[in-house]
Amino acid sequence: MNNFKKVSILLVLTLIVALFSFTALAQDEGEYGGTFIFGRGGDSVGLDPIQVTDGESFKVTQQIYDTIVMYKPGTTEVIPGLAEEWDVSEDGKTWTFYLREGVNFHDGNPVDAEAIKWNFERWGNLDHPYHIGGDFTYYGYMFQDYPGVIKEIKALDEYTVRFILNEPQAPFLANLAMVSFGIASPEAVKEHGENYFKNPVGSGPFKFVEWRQGDRVVLEANEDYWDGRPYLDEVVFRSIPDNGARYMELRSGSIDMMDYINPEDVKSVREDDSLDLVLRPSFNVGYFAMNMEFEPFDNLKVRKAFAHAINKEALIGAFYAGLAEPAKNPLPPAIWGYNDEIEDYPYDLERAKELLTEAGYPDGFEFDFYYMPVPRPYFPQPKLIAQAIQYYLSEIGVTANLLSYDWGTYLDKYYNDEFQSYILGWTGDNGDPDNFLYVLLDKTQNHGGYRSDELHEVLIEAQRTVDREKRTELYMEAQEIIHDDVPWVPIAHSTPPLVKKTMVKNYVPNPTSTEKLHRVWLDE
Amino acid sequence: MISYIIKRLLALIPVIIGVALVVFLIIHLIPGDPAQTMLGERATVESIERLRESMGLNQPLYIQFINFFRDLLRGDLGRSVMSNNPVIAEISVRFPATLELSFFAMIFAVVVGIPAGIFAATHQNSLFDNFSMLVALIGVSMPIFWLGLMLIWLFAVILGWLPPSSRLSVGIEMEYITNILIIDSILQLNWAAFKNVLSHLILPAIALGTIPMAIVARMTRSSMLEVLKKDYIRTAYAKGLQDRIVVYKHALKNAFIPIITVVGLQFGVLLGGAVLTETIFSWPGLGKYLVDAIYARDFPVVQGGILFFAITFVFVNLIVDISYAAIDPRIEYN
Repeated sequence: MNNFKKVSILLVLTLIVALFSFTALAQDEGEYGGTFIFGRGGDSVGLDPIQVTDGESFKVTQQIYDTIVMYKPGTTEVIPGLAEEWDVSEDGKTWTFYLREGVNFHDGNPVDAEAIKWNFERWGNLDHPYHIGGDFTYYGYMFQDYPGVIKEIKALDEYTVRFILNEPQAPFLANLAMVSFGIASPEAVKEHGENYFKNPVGSGPFKFVEWRQGDRVVLEANEDYWDGRPYLDEVVFRSIPDNGARYMELRSGSIDMMDYINPEDVKSVREDDSLDLVLRPSFNVGYFAMNMEFEPFDNLKVRKAFAHAINKEALIGAFYAGLAEPAKNPLPPAIWGYNDEIEDYPYDLERAKELLTEAGYPDGFEFDFYYMPVPRPYFPQPKLIAQAIQYYLSEIGVTANLLSYDWGTYLDKYYNDEFQSYILGWTGDNGDPDNFLYVLLDKTQNHGGYRSDELHEVLIEAQRTVDREKRTELYMEAQEIIHDDVPWVPIAHSTPPLVKKTMVKNYVPNPTSTEKLHRVWLDE
Repeated sequence: MISYIIKRLLALIPVIIGVALVVFLIIHLIPGDPAQTMLGERATVESIERLRESMGLNQPLYIQFINFFRDLLRGDLGRSVMSNNPVIAEISVRFPATLELSFFAMIFAVVVGIPAGIFAATHQNSLFDNFSMLVALIGVSMPIFWLGLMLIWLFAVILGWLPPSSRLSVGIEMEYITNILIIDSILQLNWAAFKNVLSHLILPAIALGTIPMAIVARMTRSSMLEVLKKDYIRTAYAKGLQDRIVVYKHALKNAFIPIITVVGLQFGVLLGGAVLTETIFSWPGLGKYLVDAIYARDFPVVQGGILFFAITFVFVNLIVDISYAAIDPRIEYN
């Protein structure tokens, strides 16, 4: 090949690449204007994000408020939010955040270091005059009490704020990105007091317009948003409780997007050219737990036999409409630190029977198996799933007695470690592996008699480590320990479906269940 | 008459105390800690304790009841544990929605049910009689959620004549004054909103009104049949009166008491909120709200909501009782 040819090919290739990148750029360039109507299953409980715990509230507050740092779209990776950059001391106890300048709340007041300090003091200080109107649940939960791990907050200058912690908290940064910790305008909180939850003022991409309870919440674009004016003029969240009715609203054109579709409607969405099915990356795990304080689950071989006896793929096909992936770890794959090298115990009845025989139960045994009375994203049909597991176990000669309680009692008994075996699950909060592994499986937290000192040491070390790479290694190790000990049979990570009209562009679902909508646009 | 009404209103007091006590006991004695239920999977021992304390659940039951009753006398139903919104404020938004829907559902039930019942009775054993009673039977046994979804599917998705759900389309501007939107739109002389509100009412009113319609039709038919066999009807016919006058002036008026009773009872039931209709038609009424509160163990809402419902029911019955006298002058109140 002569040089001319080489150069020509190179040129053509460059042109093609350039053309593709140009198209990609052009696609990212959206059209301004329009009202985006999102249909959801319920109304928001309140619009002060620190006072609520339900997803329907967070969906809206995510638009109204900003957090100090936030999640990169589609991931749980932490990126700058109100703070442009930050640094942390060697000992992991001092975090300094450098705020963006010139950002204002929707009421015109500046988002400065004092405002951030005021918000955290309101949340964490039980004696604060505006620590009213609710229980500030997520503050206590993520920062381990009031004020908990945060010892002091200093406004060093107008745009620099410093957090001093009592002890290092590895997921501290990830916690700050949570939608619960949206920064509110102190003036607005003071003005509305106990009724602030109906009059929210933040600095996010959309401003609050009105909330008709049980019906809709209306937001309008914040023209001065620091990350660029939203493409949409208006966002409306409508409450349409029935899944079937919501789907018909979408088909009739009165809404643009919805969540929680009935599994039987998924097929018709796939066949309809004007609709797209969007799967949210999983942020949860549904598991079957075997309480080691009860016989025969104190026997590792019995637990392993169970792991071999349950056909996860078939469960997902039958009860999740295929909208889930089989779980081999407690962590969902979208979270950093996920150990993909672990090989799941394959579905193998022969091996399961062998293990039971080795464990001394060649003829099986009988045990109590509790299932949840309410559906959750990780177990959309708990009773049917429990019956299927019961069937799988009967194949290896084991008899499961299916039992349930009302939800409150169920959780009560779960916390008191009273179940011999049960199904339950977890949806993440901050995207940190600690929020799954420590919370669910550490010996001080687990409710299935799992008391591994080895795992405890690894998890505690990971909590005290700030370096992300080092932590990743520790969590990889933790997942191996859990895999070998089999306290659970992890069943599935569900990927909640969203359905949108094809004209809705650039909707990137985040595993954390909510996302900002300022980059979404309508191709009308 | 007035002393009768006062007596009936006084009788409300023991009813309210009784309902308050029963509701309070049911919600506090059933297993499952409300704090636990609310916090769900992520509850810690400390967070449950803190919530129990802030909800007053740590106090002895009788103190809790005294506190509840003391607040009740002041007209304070407490604040929702979930949203921190005063229960009274929530009810005052949701009850008008329920009232509006129930009213239109009853109009549908009465306007269709009574003529159908009369016609069936005057044409007993005719094809229409058999057909309409068959329709009534289907109506009574119809699963509302199925009927509702079919109505939406046909009239909103396929034909596109009517909006699928909710009370007002996005984009139609209107101020909420009474929260009864049809009245609000008239007050503001906003005819675009009036049309829109009315079009939103049709499908849920039919879905909700179908069962009462069937009940009213059957009751009208049987009541009319009974009256039409009476001697004075034969006399009226013998006098040579026109069919229409006999049926509407002589028979219907006398057949009306049981019909009014049924209409009143049905209306009272609807005012408690229709969970299924409200769910399917995204109607922000009292029924769905109460059921959600029961699931969430939001007990101030459940207590307040049921109490409110009981009072409404008693009032509707009172109005029905009073209306008897208007229809039948022989009825006296002592």
